[in-house]
Amino acid sequence: MRNVALYLAIAVVAAGCASKETRTDAPVTDRSTGVAPSTGTTAPSTGSAARPVQPANVSGNPLRDPGNILSKRSVFFDYDSNAVKDDYKGLVQAHSRYMGDKRDSKIRIEGNADERGSREYNLALGQRRAESVKKMMTVLGVTDGRIETTSYGEEKPMAQGHDESAWSQNRRADIKYAGE
Amino acid sequence: MTRFLLVLGALLLALPSRAQLTFDITTSGGRQIPVAVMPYAGESTQPQSVSEIVSADLARTGLFRLVNTVGVSPLPTEPSEVNFTDWTARTAEALVIGKIESLSEGRVEVRFRLFDVAKQAQLASYSYVVAPAQLRATGHRIADLIYEKLTGDKGVFSTKITYVVKRGARYELQVADADGFNAQTVLASNEPIMSPSWSPDGSRLAYVSFDQKKPIVVVQNLAQGTTRIVANYRGNNSAPAWSPDGQQLLVALTKDGLTQIYRIPAGGGEAQRLTESSGIDTQPAYSPDGQWIAFTSDRGGSPQVYRMPAAGGPAERLTFEGTYNVGPRYSPDGKSIAYVSREGGRFRIALMDLATKQWQALTEGGLDDSPTFAPNGKMILYEASVGGRGNLAAVSWDGRVRQRLTSTAGDVQDPSWGPMPTN
Repeated sequence: MRNVALYLAIAVVAAGCASKETRTDAPVTDRSTGVAPSTGTTAPSTGSAARPVQPANVSGNPLRDPGNILSKRSVFFDYDSNAVKDDYKGLVQAHSRYMGDKRDSKIRIEGNADERGSREYNLALGQRRAESVKKMMTVLGVTDGRIETTSYGEEKPMAQGHDESAWSQNRRADIKYAGE
Repeated sequence: MTRFLLVLGALLLALPSRAQLTFDITTSGGRQIPVAVMPYAGESTQPQSVSEIVSADLARTGLFRLVNTVGVSPLPTEPSEVNFTDWTARTAEALVIGKIESLSEGRVEVRFRLFDVAKQAQLASYSYVVAPAQLRATGHRIADLIYEKLTGDKGVFSTKITYVVKRGARYELQVADADGFNAQTVLASNEPIMSPSWSPDGSRLAYVSFDQKKPIVVVQNLAQGTTRIVANYRGNNSAPAWSPDGQQLLVALTKDGLTQIYRIPAGGGEAQRLTESSGIDTQPAYSPDGQWIAFTSDRGGSPQVYRMPAAGGPAERLTFEGTYNVGPRYSPDGKSIAYVSREGGRFRIALMDLATKQWQALTEGGLDDSPTFAPNGKMILYEASVGGRGNLAAVSWDGRVRQRLTSTAGDVQDPSWGPMPTN
């Protein structure tokens, strides 16, 4: 039944992200070593001698565990700024540590800007935000080659409104792991 | 200051082919030339009303006042049939009359004459033999001739514009006549399309595509529909701008870390780096004589307009007022630069005279972006966002004439005005 609760939790979090509500930015307990899978997983058994297969689902993958800071992928920025605020340093550190543990992991950081101003300059601003997050991660030990950066400028807003509440959600860099 | 509002929507809907973009015109101050455009004899049986196309073209510039032509019967088609005294009484200064005749093999002959009413003299007389499908284009050519005779400037009624239409998650790059008719989709995608730019000869469009989940620069040959990726370096590839000879493209690349400006052959090839700053350098634009490159840079701490010699050399800052001046575009005569300027949180289109460095805001602004000059330098088309809805708008170089272009197709953004036709 724990799995049902976890799936419900995912659904609630996903619904929250899709709406225009304020983002949750309170730091979560850092459990970057991952959540130990329970023995009651839904993994299909492939025979008594084989190890149970772990699908990339909630119960095994810290990147998808809503209780884990690693499931948070967005760093939000102030207007005209690409500085990683204190609120998000824990998140960046957590991903850097995870990538330190998982040596084959690779990420793409996608930078964004709010709709105000010129599209092309916003594309460059988004890139600078992605680069800020990347720089912080390389300083924390992640190799440069494992982090790709790109920008969507103002073209892919998370929030469709035209006020600061929407704009603040669109000034962000998103971390995406390869294979997701 | 007098305001004169003319809504052309009803006029345009009366014509067989519906425009996707409809125009609202407002003018303030400045003289308007009163011109009478008579219906052309014989045109009511043709698929297009050429006189209505001519009237709409002239009215859209805000420089002409269409004089009432109701009640003139029979329609004059020869100079001897024109009653100049009557036209003077109707306050017309210029008069256009015409005649359309069907010829053998489905062709049509269009004849028109332009008169100076006060001098009672003919200013122009032309005839064209065309297929019926070319009647719209012929109307535009006639309007170009009339415009040039009466103002001294070349008309742009036969030019094309391109823009991006966004409908939900669907993007379409469209090319249309300057009056919004005959819109053709040249690219459709579920990923964003940005920054379309016309090659100087009008045969190709360069643009930014996100089809590969990152911005890359593509050149598309419009007649053939073929595309070529000209810049797909690591990171972002964007802001394409053509050299005046159509051989090179300036682009903004992040392959070396920061957004910087490079030059590449228009057919693809090695990128030569042109800027070396520690900030963002983007939105390059060649001057029409090919000697200068204007661009956006925040190397000084805030985004401003700079220019540098195209052959290499130090950059010179051009904008010093305000904290946000970006996206420079040269006027066709090379004497001015239009750009986006932020003041009090509002983004508007500004125009700077390069000789004096004096500048003025041309629009009240909001979220204005992407200014693009008509090839005669008289109008600047741009993207205006009103209430979250993307529209196009245009303003005359002196700020007196304003157009709002609305579309039912979706959000319209990122316009670029095509060159004068070569024929």
